[in-house]
Amino acid sequence: MKKMVAVIDYGMGNLRSVSKALEHVATDTSIVVTNDFQTIKNASHIVLPGVGALRDCMSEIKRLELIDLLGECARNKPFLGICLGMHALLEHSEENGGIDGLGILFGNALHFKNRVEPQGGDRLKIPHMGWNEVMQCKPHPLWSGIADNSRFYFVHSYYVKPEMPELMVGATDYGLEFASCIARDNIFAAQFHPEKSQQAGLTLLGNFLQWDGS
Amino acid sequence: MGLAKRIIPCLDVDNGRVVKGVQFVGIRDAGDPVEIAERYDKQGADELVFLDITASHEDRDTMLHIVEEVAGKVFIPLTVGGGIRTLEDIRNALNAGADKVGINSAAVYRPEFVKEAAEKFGSQCIVVAIDAKKVSQEGEALRWEIFTHGGRKPTGLDAIEWAIKMADYGAGEILLTCMDRDGTRDGFDIALTRAVAEAVPVPVIASGGVGTLEHLAEGVTEAKADAVLAASIFHYGEHTVEEAKQHMAAKGIEVRL
Repeated sequence: MKKMVAVIDYGMGNLRSVSKALEHVATDTSIVVTNDFQTIKNASHIVLPGVGALRDCMSEIKRLELIDLLGECARNKPFLGICLGMHALLEHSEENGGIDGLGILFGNALHFKNRVEPQGGDRLKIPHMGWNEVMQCKPHPLWSGIADNSRFYFVHSYYVKPEMPELMVGATDYGLEFASCIARDNIFAAQFHPEKSQQAGLTLLGNFLQWDGS
Repeated sequence: MGLAKRIIPCLDVDNGRVVKGVQFVGIRDAGDPVEIAERYDKQGADELVFLDITASHEDRDTMLHIVEEVAGKVFIPLTVGGGIRTLEDIRNALNAGADKVGINSAAVYRPEFVKEAAEKFGSQCIVVAIDAKKVSQEGEALRWEIFTHGGRKPTGLDAIEWAIKMADYGAGEILLTCMDRDGTRDGFDIALTRAVAEAVPVPVIASGGVGTLEHLAEGVTEAKADAVLAASIFHYGEHTVEEAKQHMAAKGIEVRL
């Protein structure tokens, strides 16, 4: 079967950025931006991207009747969650006054506000926006060819706190250390935007396309 | 180690070409936007800003095509500004491959537009661009006012209060241009930039007046900006983005090298 990546289209944010970056690194894989049940079911790889608000993201996933299908995909296909797509995999987020995610990974998304310490006398700006370092705290196939502590592009106000610290494969410091990447079995989720992180991000996306989820 | 300060080259686009005006008058051609964007990406630019400086309807489409082409080749955040007035304008820019939009005079005319835009697309993609000029006289307490129409039209709005309000309305970032300095190469208005950077909870991009690499460093160290934007020092081959980063790193500023 030819490899096919389904970039889940739930009507938000800049899906083009993700698909363009994937197309840039794809050699033997087709990239489809879709919310069609059968197309997603037939895909070999799943990308759940996202920018915007989690409430809208979750209500679109519900409206499109994709909850069970995404749950199924997260059990057996290489699955990449990006930014809001990472938060959507969790049980819960503080965003929008508190909202439940898909509950595929145990953990919460928390707001930086009142949790970060000023650095060098300067208060930290929220959102955490720009290029920050990612410490590869555990080996993972998606880190292949990427130097430890490489910089990736972040833009977010909520950060992920996994219930089990061993899920953490990438750590980043912004007034506190947070899980910038978590992974379990065939799932990898990143807080940063690999599609906007130049060479390091493209390498990660290329690794994802080559990954069989093990 | 932590978050890096960003260097953002700005491409003023007029009729499909990158131009650079001195205080918005006296436009000088600097080349093809796609080629220039690729060059800055290779040099290590952290983001790119495209400013549609004429923003007539035909030019709007030209700009979207440029962004579309750049977005297929350059994988760093892209911001599009100039003539963003409706939610439809924002959607078109994002669909073309922009990650953020810059809203300027439309926010002055109707501040609620910023709220609606942030609710619809998320604060992360809403940059409010502020053009400010010093209006206080010698000996008075410093005061800056918002101007529209390329710095010709005063609005009566206090720059710092306005920046706070825009952040409150959902701007994810403030792009602050010191109009007195724009195109002068005299450096940022440090007092203005610092006052805004310390007043708002969101990141501030300093713009207007960069003539030397030291000006970029001052934008961060003295003016407390989170990112610095410049055009002409990069456009004419005087300096590369890489040189700018080396200079800032030598001053102890954290940058992405």
